[in-house]
Amino acid sequence: MGFIMSDIAIEVSNLSKRYRIGLREEIHDTFIGSITSWLRSPVSNYKRVHNLSSFSDNGEPDDIIWALKEISFDVNYGEVLGIIGKNGAGKSTLLKILCRIAEPTSGRAVVNGRVSSLLEVGTGFHSELTGRENVYLNGAILGMTKKEMDQKFDEIVDFSGIEKFIDTPVKRYSSGMGVRLAFAVAAHLEPEILLIDEVLAVGDFEFRKKCLGKMQDVASEGRTVLFVSHNMSAVTDLCNRVILLHRGKIDEIGPTEEMIKKYIWGDRKELMGKGEKTWVKPSKTNWPKGVIPGKELAHLRAVRVLNEAGELCTKFTVRDNIYLEMECEIFRDANYMDIGFNILNDRGLLVFVMGDNSRDSDNRRGRSGLFRFTGKIPGDLLNDGLYFVWASLTEDNHIVHIRERDAVSFFVEDSMDPEGARGYYIRRKWPESAVRPKIEWKNSLI
Amino acid sequence: MSSGSKPISQTLVIKPKSGWQVIDWKELIEYRDLFYFLIKRDVLAIYKQTVMGFTWAIIRPVFSMIVFSVIFGGLVKMPSDGIPYPIFSYAALIPWTYFAAAMTASTQSLITGKGIFTKVYFPRLIIPLTPVLSKLVDFAIAFVILFGLMAWYGISPTINLIFLPILILMMMLTASGIGMWLSAMAIQYRDIPQGVGFLSQLLMYAAPVVWPLSLLQERFGESATLIYGIYPMAGVIEGFRSALLGHNPMPWELIGIGTITALFMFISGAFYFKSKERIFVDVA
Repeated sequence: MGFIMSDIAIEVSNLSKRYRIGLREEIHDTFIGSITSWLRSPVSNYKRVHNLSSFSDNGEPDDIIWALKEISFDVNYGEVLGIIGKNGAGKSTLLKILCRIAEPTSGRAVVNGRVSSLLEVGTGFHSELTGRENVYLNGAILGMTKKEMDQKFDEIVDFSGIEKFIDTPVKRYSSGMGVRLAFAVAAHLEPEILLIDEVLAVGDFEFRKKCLGKMQDVASEGRTVLFVSHNMSAVTDLCNRVILLHRGKIDEIGPTEEMIKKYIWGDRKELMGKGEKTWVKPSKTNWPKGVIPGKELAHLRAVRVLNEAGELCTKFTVRDNIYLEMECEIFRDANYMDIGFNILNDRGLLVFVMGDNSRDSDNRRGRSGLFRFTGKIPGDLLNDGLYFVWASLTEDNHIVHIRERDAVSFFVEDSMDPEGARGYYIRRKWPESAVRPKIEWKNSLI
Repeated sequence: MSSGSKPISQTLVIKPKSGWQVIDWKELIEYRDLFYFLIKRDVLAIYKQTVMGFTWAIIRPVFSMIVFSVIFGGLVKMPSDGIPYPIFSYAALIPWTYFAAAMTASTQSLITGKGIFTKVYFPRLIIPLTPVLSKLVDFAIAFVILFGLMAWYGISPTINLIFLPILILMMMLTASGIGMWLSAMAIQYRDIPQGVGFLSQLLMYAAPVVWPLSLLQERFGESATLIYGIYPMAGVIEGFRSALLGHNPMPWELIGIGTITALFMFISGAFYFKSKERIFVDVA
């Protein structure tokens, strides 16, 4: 092959991948219909199974999916490139093609250097074999030679922290131990180019941290890493540059922070800067199903985010009070109703729930009519960031009448106000904790 | 970010392939350690947590021998070229048991190996070839009993024993040829593994396992043997008997014709497998 000099580790040009998903099965409602279809089934089954791999005939275009469509990008040497995107955006397909597991439909990719891929940890682990036997097997599957493994074996076992059980069959391990051992093998690969898919989503917190540290080492040693993940904090920690995929195409390539913001916010674009969502009752008596959230007990009419003055608002500081309002039409009496909001942050974490704790029974249950419910989130509670609000109404603790996800959203900004939770911690970014309550603190000299 | 130009140790071009693919022997050799560990895994894993362990490798052919001796040797009075029926059938059951097990396991290999080949790249040909090699361990163990039986009946092996490696290679080629064909089909059409058990039963009665080749020659004459030789296991099994028991000369015509078929099956199987391998992940 010779020694050609190049800056580019991976060069992808116009890569596409087409899949055929299975055709929908016919459903027969007559006996004769099912008998004839059963008799014909070998032929139609053959067509269905055969078509999974053939595209030449005039099959229905409905069942063809372009998992990737004309993707082009370069990865430089020593770069850690992240790939993010929603489920089905084509992240895993792209990685599978670069790992040579799947073949592209068209286009090409050139990979310069020794590649290792890690689509999962513990590929080929056999539960009946001992830890030692599995280390060798897994290492071979990942492309290490026996000689390399002989050299690294002690180091691998040491890293996994399960020396005592190395000659025990893996099936006697706890799942955490299996993962530790598997990751230890993977961590000792020494490729020039490493392709990784979401493998950090396993194991306990301590071990994950250890793995992340190891990955950072790999990255800082100047090796090239391509990293597919849903874990935005891992992407932030590791990657210099990120590809944002959307439905098989590259949405944008750019700096990590920017792409992550675009990914998270672009997801729910229709909500941006909008603190209100309303539903109008149509004039006809029979409403089209699904247009208005809610079942027979109640219908949701509006959800709003308001400021202290009662105006619609989507931008607050960490010190402001925030009011959430819901308008509901309740049609009949009920024994007991729970009305409230779920507050989620931009990482999808449920920060807290809020509901009617007013004991104001007259306006809460029993009555039908058009109601307005308002809850106040006190200032000095939320951290800065983007929040999403779900509205819900349940009857008798378990019958869900309304559950409107992401009904509204709002931003909370850091005011840098020393009167808030910050105190005199004013120079740096506040940690990414779920909340930022202002707590009472007392200092006394004793 | 850019660390400057670097010498490239290897370059890989990924693009769609079509049509017939040649076998990349160099790559297969590069992955020999993986091949070795997969074979080892097969051998080690199969008898873990069994009480009998490797004794199972003996139990299967021995019990078949007992059943066949009672039914065909005792009740049917099947001719056996003047050899005691138990040893007559056992000498055939050793290669046959190997062949059936290797062929079946090889056919299923892609389906059982799905968890591996959908997650990491290596030459896929290794998958159907692994059981063909790992089943040789059982085959070797089964030999122990044969030598015991031969001592018991006072039969000493002939000089033709030196030809056994040829016969072993022949049966390996046949098993892997069929295995490559059927495993590539089975990953897309799951009817194949359903049928392969049945197929191996049919093939056993088609091979001279429970009956001697001389029966065929008496009925249809010598030339029929040549056509029959197309079936490689005929030559393998009769060859095993001749080499071990020495009652007949080595059936070289059968072995010669069978070798050609075995080679043909192996080569065509490898090409078929290679031409299909790019869709394995998509249909698995």
